[in-house]
Amino acid sequence: MGKKLKAAIIGPGNIGTDLLIKMQRSEWIEPIWMVGIDPDSDGLKRAKEMGIKTTSDGVDGLLPHVFEDDIHIAFDATSANVHLENSRKLNDLGVIMVDLTPAAIGPYCIPPVNLADHARNLEMNVNMVTCGGQATIPMVYAVSRIQNVDYGEIVATVSSKSVGPGTRMNIDEFTRTTAGGVEKIGGAKTGKAIIVINPAEPPLIMRDTVHCLTEEEPDQPAITASILSMIEDVQKYVPGYKLVNGPVFDGRRVSIFLEVEGLGDYLPKYAGNLDIMTASALRTGEMFAEEIGKGAISLPTRNKGSEK
Amino acid sequence: MILTGKTVTLHDMSLRDGMHAKQHQISLEEMLAVATGLDDAGMPLIEVTHGDGLGGASVNYGFPAHTDEDYLKAVIPRMRQAKISALLLPGIGTTDHLRMAYDLGVSTIRVATHCTEADVSQQHINLAAKMGMDTVGFLMMAHMVSAEKILEQAKLMVSFGANCIYCTDSAGYMLPSEVSEKMGLLREQLPGHVEIGFHGHHNLAMGIANSLAAIEAGATRIDGSVAGLGAGAGNTPLEVFCAVLERMQVSTGIDLYKIMDVAEDLVVPMMDHPIRLDRDALTLGYAGVYSSFLLFAKRAEAKYGIQARDLLVELGRRGTVGGQEDMIEDLAITMAREKGLLK
Repeated sequence: MGKKLKAAIIGPGNIGTDLLIKMQRSEWIEPIWMVGIDPDSDGLKRAKEMGIKTTSDGVDGLLPHVFEDDIHIAFDATSANVHLENSRKLNDLGVIMVDLTPAAIGPYCIPPVNLADHARNLEMNVNMVTCGGQATIPMVYAVSRIQNVDYGEIVATVSSKSVGPGTRMNIDEFTRTTAGGVEKIGGAKTGKAIIVINPAEPPLIMRDTVHCLTEEEPDQPAITASILSMIEDVQKYVPGYKLVNGPVFDGRRVSIFLEVEGLGDYLPKYAGNLDIMTASALRTGEMFAEEIGKGAISLPTRNKGSEK
Repeated sequence: MILTGKTVTLHDMSLRDGMHAKQHQISLEEMLAVATGLDDAGMPLIEVTHGDGLGGASVNYGFPAHTDEDYLKAVIPRMRQAKISALLLPGIGTTDHLRMAYDLGVSTIRVATHCTEADVSQQHINLAAKMGMDTVGFLMMAHMVSAEKILEQAKLMVSFGANCIYCTDSAGYMLPSEVSEKMGLLREQLPGHVEIGFHGHHNLAMGIANSLAAIEAGATRIDGSVAGLGAGAGNTPLEVFCAVLERMQVSTGIDLYKIMDVAEDLVVPMMDHPIRLDRDALTLGYAGVYSSFLLFAKRAEAKYGIQARDLLVELGRRGTVGGQEDMIEDLAITMAREKGLLK
């Protein structure tokens, strides 16, 4: 049994609350603080009821407690703008940041593809890309690790109820960031991302389609095996991640049809898009904690001088 | 119905919605020939882009013969009076595409969302309005919700900066009374300076009747397509609509014989298949399904042995919306497996 890393969550909205519930079950991460900006917000009240320390003074309300409460990792579910400052202030105190916003100051992290590298390198800020990216980039990688992928395209279809105002106001960030992740982490030469929002009732479970165009004729058995093994890797932290159909091979096209059902912790089960973000972020924190527990990496030295 | 003395702006879709029917394979020469023909006939607005709008080039919707840039660059400098519009679906295209279109001289941008999701259009409508473009909010699949919901979403788009709102019958499902109700409420409740428009599909052969109902209710912009070239059973056939409007003494500024000739001599010969109300196109209108699903469903039928009609009805039952083309192959495989046609 390893030593749990003590954590803060910034942003007590749907994502932050779902993350908190998952974290309370974790063997490697112990939630201590929930950080918000509105003392009357439901999210802070919920966290308090769950026995978590809360502040409504934003990240500045957390900073004085970082050392005394031994906080070593923070999960930021606020917004890109706010994250820049949160990350700077907390990194300064030696706190590792897991970024669930589109800020992407640090490298993209898709757990079954590159998390181990990030943990080994003790990256002080890792970015969780987007929900669509978490759901699909493992599949693009599963193809590109077998043979070159000229073009990778993902279509994420999510229920209207599961898409918050932040994503809606900045939907271009979703398509750009996800396409970037399909290239940089998925390994496609060119990436494209499409998001479709569907208001059907009852809400549909997140659906994702991944199309890859391979450079040469696809090696069907090798690609199929690679995809099936990657599905299992993702299922370790997102049990509701499911291959519905495919891979379909059609010339150089490889198509994979997926469904992502959430655990229904705080967010309903259909919101697999939100669940896969919180599950991936927690998995990321856990891997850092495991590596620290094994002694493979050491916690950053704390810079006491910058504590206010 | 008396429309005498009204004026309406017609907007041609053959080079954008028609791209669906051509699997996005219209050549630059064809595009230029049709656009210049329409320009000469007096068509004030012509839409040019991938069928799914700027940035639509994809495995999911089909790769076009040429890029949006190439089509726009070929057509825009050759227009004498017509303005060129482009469609943009947030979630597919981005503000980068919008800027590109603006730089190439596109004057009208139509930002399209599903009829309940207008808030995803904020950044695109904001930017287009700020750049001084004719900025249209385009509410798709408008048959799926009430007139009040359409109005609420229209108001959002107006608050972002749209100067025109479209009620879009993407499935060709609406009947004239529904068009009258929805367009009427928009006209009554939106500020007077905001124009309203209607975009029809001919899947129940209601394109002309619905467009007339829209004008009666206050629409000043009507979409159609020369020779009807568009998704499903096509759009409202513009040469027919022009003749009807001429008889009803509604002015469009379009030369009827010239647009008839563009339809007959240029567009009909381009068609891969006759644009008509076949069994599957009729199913779109009957079941309320997004018109561009048609050819995808036909291809899935050919590949997996599940009737296109059965696929389309099931897609309608599931409440699929524009953009979910990936669901068609996915569903066909699932249904084929259930029937034991696939392992």
